[in-house]
Amino acid sequence: MLERIWRASLAPLVAAAAAILISSIALLISGNNPINAFLEMWKTIDSTQSVVIIINTAVPLYVSGVAVAIGFKMNLFNIGSNGQYILAALIAGWAGAAVSLPPLLHVPFVFLVAMSVGGSWALIAAILNVTRNVNVVVSTIMLNYIGIGLTAFLLSEYFRDDANGGLVAQTKVMPKSAQLPALNPIFEFFGFNFAPGVQVLGFLPFAILLGVLYHILLNRSLFGYELKLSGMNADAALSAGVNPKKMVLITLFMSGAVAGMIGLPFLLADPTFLKYGDAFPFQLGFTGLGLALLGRNSPVGIAAAAIVWATIERATQRLGPLGIPPEIGKILQGSFLLAAVIAYEVVRRRNDAAAAEEAARATSVDQSPPPQAEPSPIGASS
Amino acid sequence: MMSDTGGASTDTANAPIAIQLTDIVKRFPGVIANDGVNLTVRKGSVHAIVGENGAGKSTLMKTLYGAHQPNEGTITVNGHDRVFSSPKDAIADGIGMVFQAFMLAVNLTVWENIVLGQEPGTKLSLNTNEARTRIRDLGERYGLDVDPDALISDLGVGDKQRVEILKVLYRGADILILDEPTAVLVPQEVDSLFESLRELTEQGATIVFISHKLDEVLKHADAITVIRQGKTVGEIPDPSTVTARDLAEMMVGSELPTPETRQSTVTDIAVLELTDVTVPNTEAGGRDAVRDVSFTVHRGEIVGIAGVEGNGQSELVRALVGLLPSTGHMVLDGDEIAALSTRERRDAGIGYISEDRQKDGLVLPFTLWENAALGHQHRPPFAKGPWMNVAGTKERTEKIVDEFDVRTPGINVPAFTLSGGNQQKLVVGREMTAEPKVLVAAHPTRGVDVGAQSVIWDILKDARAAGLGTVLVSADLEELIGLSDRLLVMLRGEIVAEVDPATVTPADLGSYMTGARTGAH
Repeated sequence: MLERIWRASLAPLVAAAAAILISSIALLISGNNPINAFLEMWKTIDSTQSVVIIINTAVPLYVSGVAVAIGFKMNLFNIGSNGQYILAALIAGWAGAAVSLPPLLHVPFVFLVAMSVGGSWALIAAILNVTRNVNVVVSTIMLNYIGIGLTAFLLSEYFRDDANGGLVAQTKVMPKSAQLPALNPIFEFFGFNFAPGVQVLGFLPFAILLGVLYHILLNRSLFGYELKLSGMNADAALSAGVNPKKMVLITLFMSGAVAGMIGLPFLLADPTFLKYGDAFPFQLGFTGLGLALLGRNSPVGIAAAAIVWATIERATQRLGPLGIPPEIGKILQGSFLLAAVIAYEVVRRRNDAAAAEEAARATSVDQSPPPQAEPSPIGASS
Repeated sequence: MMSDTGGASTDTANAPIAIQLTDIVKRFPGVIANDGVNLTVRKGSVHAIVGENGAGKSTLMKTLYGAHQPNEGTITVNGHDRVFSSPKDAIADGIGMVFQAFMLAVNLTVWENIVLGQEPGTKLSLNTNEARTRIRDLGERYGLDVDPDALISDLGVGDKQRVEILKVLYRGADILILDEPTAVLVPQEVDSLFESLRELTEQGATIVFISHKLDEVLKHADAITVIRQGKTVGEIPDPSTVTARDLAEMMVGSELPTPETRQSTVTDIAVLELTDVTVPNTEAGGRDAVRDVSFTVHRGEIVGIAGVEGNGQSELVRALVGLLPSTGHMVLDGDEIAALSTRERRDAGIGYISEDRQKDGLVLPFTLWENAALGHQHRPPFAKGPWMNVAGTKERTEKIVDEFDVRTPGINVPAFTLSGGNQQKLVVGREMTAEPKVLVAAHPTRGVDVGAQSVIWDILKDARAAGLGTVLVSADLEELIGLSDRLLVMLRGEIVAEVDPATVTPADLGSYMTGARTGAH
């Protein structure tokens, strides 16, 4: 077990070291003391409040990573999760505020709307692919722009909250029955103390559940097997009776449906939002692509990657006032991602070679000469 | 010019040696492609290399032009020992390759394609006039007339091939290797190609071409080398001394086992009946890949299908398992399956050994147990409703590994770690364990070692004895004749002959396959 964890984390650790090295060089070039900068960054995250903020930031990033990971497993690059979640957030925000339902139904209703919208938007690319052979990468990218434009149009023309004279372009605030309460009481029960205003947002359990379902679907279900099969060897999938068109449709729909949930932590749980509006974060989909790569499409890996990402964002927030360029965070993130992808590939090749060698060694012992020098199809055995 | 019978000029027989390959061995993981090949090509000659598909011709040519390095053996060019670490080294020695599949940018002109990568002029300006002039000169000198300014997309197949040859000549090659150059040509173009090649040799060039069309080899080559199963089995300096029959026998091996009398297990219960099965060509205007094929497979019978590769066997196999659309009737054990999907056909009782295990028979990065479920993943013991049954799958995999002698350190290793033979035993074991009614087996022992080959043959024979109906496609005539109860010959998508494997000779079979003989029975 320890051996396995060590093997899995070796490459990311090497990548982290490389990223710190590269960032340090960048800092030195810009005339800053790297040790000083990293100390300041450490100070920033060394508090309960920071940990909570990091977790809250990581949750939607993680959902975004899982969304594209589903597609990656089948070699389908859903680059359109941005458009999918923005459109989903708008419509789910509007629909959620427009109905009145008991809490036990209201939250699932918002989930259902968000997932259907995200999934359907991705389905457009899937249908174009299976009927017209349109490249999924291209169509999902372009659908981002259409989706974001459509969202802006729908918001300003139809879904805008008319209270306050409609001055601010935003949807109505979600009613109480659609809000997920903060998790502070649970943590306080275990002895944590929070400063006023610090909340562990209530979406966290859903994110964990998402990871569990993703794992079960991929590694325990027949569908997951066929999905991985289609991704790794499309010809073998065909010969094994898997319908590739059906797989593309289902997989992209699922990827889009999960992408539809990226905005839900803000809509359902973040007291500064609880609505869709201009301030809504709009770039989380792209970040998810990197996180899925970094986390190697595994839920635990993506969660770890999302936490690292959020940590770097948090840690660099206070650098500006200290005269250290906060852009060092972007350099850290970028070099970490790049180094990790390289390190994974190096480790993979080494492991493959080792496995092949091991198999050759294990079988060479009984590699006895064939029973006959010139076996003929009409052997002695029949 | 050349004469019409038996080779051309004999004056090349004593010419200096341009290429000498000695004891070339080339291994790939799980396959020995070349196992001691010798080749002597004289300067100014047209030299043919013949052999069946999979005999190792293409591997040998790749060795010669530096695409890969041999594990053993030496390459001598014009008397000097050479080690080619890349095609660049080979072209520096004057060796150029003309590929079977054209590698041309169709939206560029002829001269642009030819100079690509070797542009005349400075780094910043392209000397287009020099390019055109040089290409015209080359064309005139060698009788390869192509308009340098024509667009590739406007050219016919023969012209495209001329551009490919010019490309190689432009780079200064005087030893040209052509990989099945006539495969894409119609008969008239074939003649004009060989006229051009003859012109080239008269100008001092040396030609090596690969073919398995024996009549054209005999007609046009000055010398022939025959390769079988990775070995040189014949070097013929004067083709007028051999017949097509001699060559065919060399290609397939004359020492074929005499089919010993054996218990026939054939019953009169039909288990698979094909009626007028046609696989249309996907390209407009092309002839059907398979045309009006009808035959019946009985319980306990192996029906072999012989044919030169590319005559529709592959398409027939893929149509049988539902991977290619087809018309006509397929009745499996009384039920029409022609309209069913691949999965439904597998469920109805069709087992499938695909012609290339690494392409679609296995998923190489998957573990053995994941591969053991392939094609049967939705059925017990691999699945339980919508879930994978990992325990059941692993148990079944252990059983396959034991029963079918798959040599592996365990069932949790990825499939790519296994040798070719063991990979194939896993595939065969997987299909057999599912207890099919009919097995569709394409090249079941291609690229496996002799040990695995005999194991797989035994498996097929035991299954036949147990009542399995088998459709066997193979390029290995020894395998076909030895295993089949009945042999059908396919040519240009049609079944042109049915022969009795107990009496047919490989040479006869070869002449049916190439269309030299027709009719049957």
